[in-house]
Amino acid sequence: MADWSSLLTLAFLTTLLISGIRLAIPIFLAALGEIITERGGVLNLGLEGIMLVGALAGFMTAYAVEQSATPWLVGLAPWLGLAAGLLAGALMGLIMAVFAVSLQTDQVVTGIMLVILGQGITTYVYRQQFGSLTARVTTMPSMPIPGFAELPLVGPIFFNLDPVTYGSLFLLLASLFFLYQTTWGLNIRAVGEHPGAAETSGVNVAVVRYAAVLLGAALTGLGGAVLTVAQLGIFNEGITAGRGWIAVALVIFARWRPERAFAGAFLFGIATALQFRIQALNLGAIPYELLLMLPYVLTLLVLLRGDSRSTAPAALGKAYVKE
Amino acid sequence: MSDSVPSSPVTVRSEPATAGDFSPDWRTARLRQVIPLLAALAGVVVGLLAGAILIFLSGADPAAAYLAMFQGAFGSQRALTETLLKTAPLLLMGLGLTVAFRAQVWNIGGEGQYLMGALVGAGIGLSLQAIAPPALVIPLMLMGGLVGGALWAAVAAFLKLRFQINEIISTLMLNYIAEYWLLYLVRVPLKDPDSFLPQSIQLVRSVRLPTLGDTRIHIGFLIALGLAPLVYLLLWKTPLGFRIRAIGASQTVARYAGMNVSRGIVFALLFSGALAGLTGIMEVSALHTRLKAGILGGYGFSGILVALLGRLHPAGVLMASLFFAALTIGAQTMHSLYGLPMALAQVIQGLVVLFVLAADALTRRWIGTR
Repeated sequence: MADWSSLLTLAFLTTLLISGIRLAIPIFLAALGEIITERGGVLNLGLEGIMLVGALAGFMTAYAVEQSATPWLVGLAPWLGLAAGLLAGALMGLIMAVFAVSLQTDQVVTGIMLVILGQGITTYVYRQQFGSLTARVTTMPSMPIPGFAELPLVGPIFFNLDPVTYGSLFLLLASLFFLYQTTWGLNIRAVGEHPGAAETSGVNVAVVRYAAVLLGAALTGLGGAVLTVAQLGIFNEGITAGRGWIAVALVIFARWRPERAFAGAFLFGIATALQFRIQALNLGAIPYELLLMLPYVLTLLVLLRGDSRSTAPAALGKAYVKE
Repeated sequence: MSDSVPSSPVTVRSEPATAGDFSPDWRTARLRQVIPLLAALAGVVVGLLAGAILIFLSGADPAAAYLAMFQGAFGSQRALTETLLKTAPLLLMGLGLTVAFRAQVWNIGGEGQYLMGALVGAGIGLSLQAIAPPALVIPLMLMGGLVGGALWAAVAAFLKLRFQINEIISTLMLNYIAEYWLLYLVRVPLKDPDSFLPQSIQLVRSVRLPTLGDTRIHIGFLIALGLAPLVYLLLWKTPLGFRIRAIGASQTVARYAGMNVSRGIVFALLFSGALAGLTGIMEVSALHTRLKAGILGGYGFSGILVALLGRLHPAGVLMASLFFAALTIGAQTMHSLYGLPMALAQVIQGLVVLFVLAADALTRRWIGTR
């Protein structure tokens, strides 16, 4: 029988916030990567494909390390998986950069191609390697911070997370410092706003754009690997389920600012967690399919705020042709 | 694509994909026509070679695998029938997207529009099949497919014009929403009470698409074939088609020339959505015969590849859809003979189009330096 009051207990809210943060991380990492890429003036719509490739590369690496049963290595399996996701993402980014920066192809078409290619390759490789077998890897345990984790309420929410979540919060701060306080960050923003002026003042636009695309795609690949290696422990076809596209939307929602992307991702995390909880509690007669639509409907809703073109990097999506 | 503003609106008559300055040298002009074709062929060859490397890495003999693929697609009458049956949906999706992409409207929600077309069309069929003559029900179902797909695309058109939400994101989100909507419908309200599976009751034989003679080729194939020249006429022989290509070449110029850009965008979205919906009801009626989770065929994305490989031209799209259908059907034989996953077809398709993109960019640069 429906009991809506169970939604309002403290324990419920705590678990909601905890799983909200966890669910936010893959989308946040992809969105953060895309912010760096787009700040450099390149529109990479391939996030969904890059995440998938990162997710599979991470999963297969972690799986291989676990199967090798080398005692000193097995504990590192998730970490090696994350590193593989990062690298695989960068490799996909290299394809994007070669096409968008060097060959100056249409960035929208190239990004869509990257998604299709990522879907095809991951499906092919997974079936070829695992067949119909459902393989699993050990996910990352949480890492309570001594002295703080025992605090009421804030303890479990903020001080009993897994290392990847801590790492992502660190990446948020690092990216703010990188984008706004370093020369590299300044150069990236400059080639995204006015590549001609940047080139005149001695910045190599192509090099900076390559760097922005590779760095962004690496973070996106990491987001995919976090999903499979640190959180779910499995891979299947299309496991990212649109998270890459949601991240693209989040970048617009966040108006190209990392901290707002985190807030947006957290909102998605909470919504997804809430949807899982409502399903588990079997409240009323809401069909679970309608609950599963929630993140996608929410994506459309957060974009309803209207035109954001004024805050987009001025040279976004345009190839830079040297004079 | 080119955001540089051409000096006069007349220049948008040139091909948007290769828009550039006109050269008085007719040999260069000729080259401009031939080179995209050669670039496409080069892309296909390199894509197939890359596929061969993948097959080799998977531990199979590429030559034998490709031979199996070819025989699986063309080796017998049955194989050929399957290939042609697969060509029809790819062609329909590709033709719709050709119009959308010509206007630089990036509809990547073909999957959702396909589902909505299937839902509306099959809904009409299931509710009328017992009470109305097939000669009435079948056309109504096809119309329902067109309308269902167009309406789902209209949601994206509304979001784009009213709220400036990019159609790439909205059409993709609408894919997931349509998919879960279908899953709900076949699990609860439309579920066949006599079945344990989440699926609707079957369309009776008389309201399925009629086939040609005693083959399995259905009239949907003829409809798709017939639409190819119509899309050509639409794009190159009507004012609407001119407007669509002008919008695709440069929205700014089109607006300065007094064209209603919004209306062109809406048409491009709705047209591609309608053809996607028609594809949906066609596949359900001729192939699946009922609504169930399995009616999704991945045509949203393969349609994009077909349109791009076909260089956004109906004749090219026809060839590209035949090629991709052969790859897909041939991959089944390759799978059963050598155990290679069928997704190999998908990978090769992606690689081919990627290499065509690269070949295009390189030749454009090469022509530019002449």
